[in-house]
Amino acid sequence: MIGPFLVQAGQMALVLLAAPLLTGLVRKVKARVQRRRGASVLQPYRDLRRLLSKEIVLAHNASWLFRTAPYLIFALTWVAAALIPTFATGLIFSWTGDLIAIIALLGAARFLLALAGMDIGTSFGGIGASREVMIASLAEPAMLMIILSLALIAGSTQLSTIAAFMLSPEAGLRVSLALSLLAFVVVALAENARIPVDNPATHLELTMVHEAMVLEYSGRHLAMIELAASLKLLVMISTMACIFFPFGLVTGDAGAGRYLIGIGVYLLKLAIAGTVLGCFEMSIAKMRVFRVPNLLGGALMLGLLATLLLFVSVGL
Amino acid sequence: MGLAFDIAHMLAGLMVLAGLMMLYQDRLYPLLHVLALQAFLLALSVAWQAHLQDAPHLYITAVIALGFKAIFIPWALRKMVFRLGIHREIEPVVGTGLTMLAGMGLVALSLEVMLPVTAHADPVSRQDIALALSIVLIGLLLMVTRRNAVSQVVGFLAIDNGISLAATGAQGMPLVVEISVAFSILVAFIVIGIFLFRIRERFDTVDVEALDRFRGERR
Repeated sequence: MIGPFLVQAGQMALVLLAAPLLTGLVRKVKARVQRRRGASVLQPYRDLRRLLSKEIVLAHNASWLFRTAPYLIFALTWVAAALIPTFATGLIFSWTGDLIAIIALLGAARFLLALAGMDIGTSFGGIGASREVMIASLAEPAMLMIILSLALIAGSTQLSTIAAFMLSPEAGLRVSLALSLLAFVVVALAENARIPVDNPATHLELTMVHEAMVLEYSGRHLAMIELAASLKLLVMISTMACIFFPFGLVTGDAGAGRYLIGIGVYLLKLAIAGTVLGCFEMSIAKMRVFRVPNLLGGALMLGLLATLLLFVSVGL
Repeated sequence: MGLAFDIAHMLAGLMVLAGLMMLYQDRLYPLLHVLALQAFLLALSVAWQAHLQDAPHLYITAVIALGFKAIFIPWALRKMVFRLGIHREIEPVVGTGLTMLAGMGLVALSLEVMLPVTAHADPVSRQDIALALSIVLIGLLLMVTRRNAVSQVVGFLAIDNGISLAATGAQGMPLVVEISVAFSILVAFIVIGIFLFRIRERFDTVDVEALDRFRGERR
């Protein structure tokens, strides 16, 4: 009984500690590709500490919603991160670790963020919230389509079951999985406000989405939101790693050494994903907001094609 | 089912994906790159079929596909686009989303039609034929929805890719037919190329709407 509990606690601590490091790594890689030296990978931790010690500046017309939203957003994202088998499948909450539940948690966090963006009544908050909701309404159908095709392949939407299936030789080499992976990458980029959809490093009025919503936040509220954004990036990468690259995942009971190896492999996966993300972001330009529906429509089509092709490979 | 089926299915599925990418592309050079990619996947697919069927002459077909369709024709089209001076033009594509949706519908339709019809064939050629039909239909859709003559040529070549996939999936296709098909494509390509320049000389554009206006058709 104590085993799963320890694994779960370890995972919750690990995701919380690794998330800022991942963000720092992506920023560092982007800086290096631009031939800048860039801030240290530990900079996000320092930012968080600085923000936590600063006082909060609140607008006069901020309601209770504006003050509570950051904590709720952070909590929802953290719970989502806790449900994903990152280095071991034997989590205490494994039975709730369902893909649809994770998407719902992230969707709830996004809903709160959009509400908080509109609460103050500035025009930037409104623009950011409306764009965010537009992107979400396009990204979520694509995500559900991907989940559908995965569920058809693995016979479950539960992450630990999917990971176990992918580890077995039964998974084989399927074109539907490749298409799902491609669609998942597009959706993950849109969900995390990364470059072809939104630029996380800019405050340009015409383009910002996520930054526009959180423009009025300061102090520990902003720290919570930044941490939640880092955690969300980690959630998406971990989900991808768990579904499509579940190597090194500890299944069932194992010794402490096996768990350490699992954690090492997981951190290695995060590092690879962060580096690839940084290089990818530097190699393409941001899209116009009105082209985003095309991109996400493409992801939806990929999901649909993956499901269609499944009828060939399973039906024969 | 095994790895043999999985690899054949993977390559054919990626060819369908390349067809859908063509529908999405609104610039000419990337469109040609996707065409080259599709032909490259075709060459791989044919080579895999050669390995599966133990038919050495299919390797020759694969080499023809690689040389002609994946390298020579895209390269020649690229030069042609450059000489026509339309290499920076963005083509007005009518409703990417709707076209893609229609493309998906065609894929579903061809699976629905082909899988019951070929019920007794072996799985590898069954899925090859079903997906080949969808590639052909997507090529037709590309020709119907585009107004630029070069894009229509690309659609025509995509249809040819689909037909080649179906032909190699069926066992016992003689080499003579393969070679003559390859050469007829080449001849058609040359004729189309000459026509493109003629259209360009006459109308100063390769937008086929100019032909409609020339015939006096009303829109």
